[in-house]
Amino acid sequence: MTLERRGFLASVTAGAFTLAWSGRAEANAITGDAAPSELGIWAVVHPDDRIVVRIARSEMGQGTATGLAQLVADEMDADWTRVGIEFVAPHVNLAAKRAWGEMSTGGSRGIRASVDYVRKGGAAARAMLIQAAAAQWGVPASECTASLSTVRHEKSARWLRYGELAAAAGKLPVPTDVAVKKPSEWTIIGKSVKRLDTVDKLSGRQMYGLDVQLPGMLNGAIAQCPVFGGKLVSFDAKAIAAMRGVRHVLAVGDTAVAVVADKYYQAKTALAKLPIVWDEAGHGNVSSAGIATFVASGLDAAEAGIGLRQGDARAAIATAAKKIEATYGTPFLAHATMEPMNCTALVTADSVEVWVPTQNGDASLAAAAEAAGVKLDRAKVHKMLLGGGFGRRGQQDYTRLAVTLAKQIPGTPVKLVWTREEDIQHDFYRPITQCKLTAGLDAAGTLTGLHMRLSGQSIMAFASPATLENGVDPRMFQSASAEEFGYHAIPNLLIGHAMRNTHVPVGPWRGVNTNQNAIYIECFIDELAHAAGKDPLEFRRALMGRNPKNRAILEAVAAKAGWGTPLPAGVHRGLCQNHGYGSYVACVAEVSVSAKGDLKIHRLVAGTNPGFAVNPQQIDAQIDGSFAYGLSALLYGEITIEKGRVAEGNFDTYQVARMADMPKVETIIVPTGDFWGGVGEPTIAVAAPAVLNAIFAATGKRIRQLPLKNQDLRRA
Amino acid sequence: MITLQVNGQTRQVDVDPETPLLWVIREWLGMTGTKFGCGIAQCGACSVHIDGEVMRACSVPVGSVGTGKITTIEGLSPDGLSHKVQQAWLALDVPQCGYCQSGQIMAAAALLAHTPKPTDAEIDEAMTNICRCGTYNRIRAAIHSAAG
Ligand code: FES
Ligand code: FES
Repeated sequence: MTLERRGFLASVTAGAFTLAWSGRAEANAITGDAAPSELGIWAVVHPDDRIVVRIARSEMGQGTATGLAQLVADEMDADWTRVGIEFVAPHVNLAAKRAWGEMSTGGSRGIRASVDYVRKGGAAARAMLIQAAAAQWGVPASECTASLSTVRHEKSARWLRYGELAAAAGKLPVPTDVAVKKPSEWTIIGKSVKRLDTVDKLSGRQMYGLDVQLPGMLNGAIAQCPVFGGKLVSFDAKAIAAMRGVRHVLAVGDTAVAVVADKYYQAKTALAKLPIVWDEAGHGNVSSAGIATFVASGLDAAEAGIGLRQGDARAAIATAAKKIEATYGTPFLAHATMEPMNCTALVTADSVEVWVPTQNGDASLAAAAEAAGVKLDRAKVHKMLLGGGFGRRGQQDYTRLAVTLAKQIPGTPVKLVWTREEDIQHDFYRPITQCKLTAGLDAAGTLTGLHMRLSGQSIMAFASPATLENGVDPRMFQSASAEEFGYHAIPNLLIGHAMRNTHVPVGPWRGVNTNQNAIYIECFIDELAHAAGKDPLEFRRALMGRNPKNRAILEAVAAKAGWGTPLPAGVHRGLCQNHGYGSYVACVAEVSVSAKGDLKIHRLVAGTNPGFAVNPQQIDAQIDGSFAYGLSALLYGEITIEKGRVAEGNFDTYQVARMADMPKVETIIVPTGDFWGGVGEPTIAVAAPAVLNAIFAATGKRIRQLPLKNQDLRRA
Repeated sequence: MITLQVNGQTRQVDVDPETPLLWVIREWLGMTGTKFGCGIAQCGACSVHIDGEVMRACSVPVGSVGTGKITTIEGLSPDGLSHKVQQAWLALDVPQCGYCQSGQIMAAAALLAHTPKPTDAEIDEAMTNICRCGTYNRIRAAIHSAAG
């Protein structure tokens, strides 16, 4: 296998591995080094002791690449100050029979699903280095030790650096029966080391998909049928043919048209002037109001998939001393990654090559080959760093469209870039759902039964209906499943979902399903605590006897936040907990609401038990970031459908949280060391319910339909 | 032909004067550190300095710049790392995906040039750039740290 490398400003056409060197001065001197050695597939050691860890997952800001490097480097006993990373290209993985395993990066699985094999890769590299030293010294390997990229033989007081051993170690067979360290032996895992990919992001040198520049490259702007499911009928290319820079006006499949020009600015300017006729496929009358009515029809429908059932909730509620009922709802949401969708493609008669920011390199490879009509082994995918993913870039629509366009201009690379409007109006949205909750309390205020009925759209029904289980999408019940639900002490429970699918495309979205379900469950539990006249923390604790980890994180966060202690005048608290994407999380919010109804979120105290904490400072960053994303949804996020299409277009109509919206965030990380949980997504679920419960404490108002921008928060 | 002063150099470009400065910088001058995020002055990903003032380049017609001195992220410091804002960003590990950070850094540098010790309220007012990764709290801390 040959390694191709590049420096900062070199062409991005380099192949197998994309180097992202660490944040140090030597980054500038990466080109032209003496031959490095591969020790297995995960680590490359240079003669000057630099170690490059290979990363198969995608880095979109979540810090997974640095975390994975920590796992490998720790098992190698590497000197962390000399560790960098490079990304494995999907076609290289394919040619190696997928030796690097799964590339797909979503569901907060980047680290937790890789921990076993990448640590073994690091341990194998260490064993090879020790073996090489032992052979050179003629001593048993068992007498040698390793630390800080050095192998030592204490008896003879000799030592060799990894860089000196790399060439010999690289010729040894890769051991497969290596053991990994016990957590107590970790020296890099669990440390708040700095990210390895920061320096280029400070100077403008970091290349994203949008920044790809290739010799002879043209630039495309795309317009897809604004009504989902509709088709392209015709367009009048002559109307814009004379505009500066315009080279081609081409249909892209049967749903879109693109203008290809010398510059992107010329392409998008011309596209805006292109007369286009669309066939709306009968969806041109669909509106958000109609969708809401349709979704509401599932709240009392007899037909529903069951996610969790114990006892007889309906009977318990029917005979309860007090019956409480509430209906909640959350809208469609776009992702609005900071970098708009884009992909650069070069198609020839029998090959395709793409430069694409992707969360799923394997899927990009398959999509590119299929759209180009070439064999899989004739496709190459260069993974570009992602300017945000959040689930959007697991989809391959943009890869397919770019290849379909470039195929019509063979031999010419074409970069296809979405305008922000196109990006927001052609997303795979967080699904719309509503939820009706009914509960019974006995005379003492004890919860005897809970019925939670979800209704709304299923991602699985949209993306892969064949995988539905007897018509049920089990992911609808994320955080409300037998494994994740936090209140199993409720004697009678029924959680179901009625399918109500629309023509709007849906897909994963940071913390999808757990976000919506945590709002429904945690706000309603709060309503019940209030109806029972009990403290929201005590009311929850009494229901959590069978869910000790959920309870422990809730108690830890409540203690950290000073639950029950006095607050400044006008400031009120709300709390909640959740278990999703493998981790146990909780949050306490402190808010105030002015007489005019203006909300101020002062402070969020968050906690997570992710099992193991590979890099605590990056977990802090992810909690901060997930809260910014979650607060965007809570405060502003809403995609509305008018005439079958998305009404919002850009950040003026699809507002997101900014600096002034952001509260102080304090975090506690309490890993229990007995499982591997996720980090990027779990905490997003607790941002909104904690704030909503605090708003109730402040105003006496229950907000049951998001976002808050549509709600009047003045005191009831 | 339009003549521009960019990062201390004189550059000439053959473009229509209404072309937004963002695209001139990215596509005609080939400097991609300045990012496209919205095109309507909402997100700040395209922030540059013109005569020391932070401007959203997507909404500045290139013909209006005249003799104004343009500084892009590439020109903020000689080595791309030594400006006090870049140093503070590095020390606090601010970037996540990094896509918004050129704009955030340019906005913060302009803020500190005018207001050496900004309060939280002044930061809220000046730093309206969007970061979808949600690095806001670290940006705030880094600005305070750079202010010393
Ligand atoms: S691209 Fe200029 S402000 Fe968003
Ligand atoms: S760091 Fe990703 S958008 Fe700001």
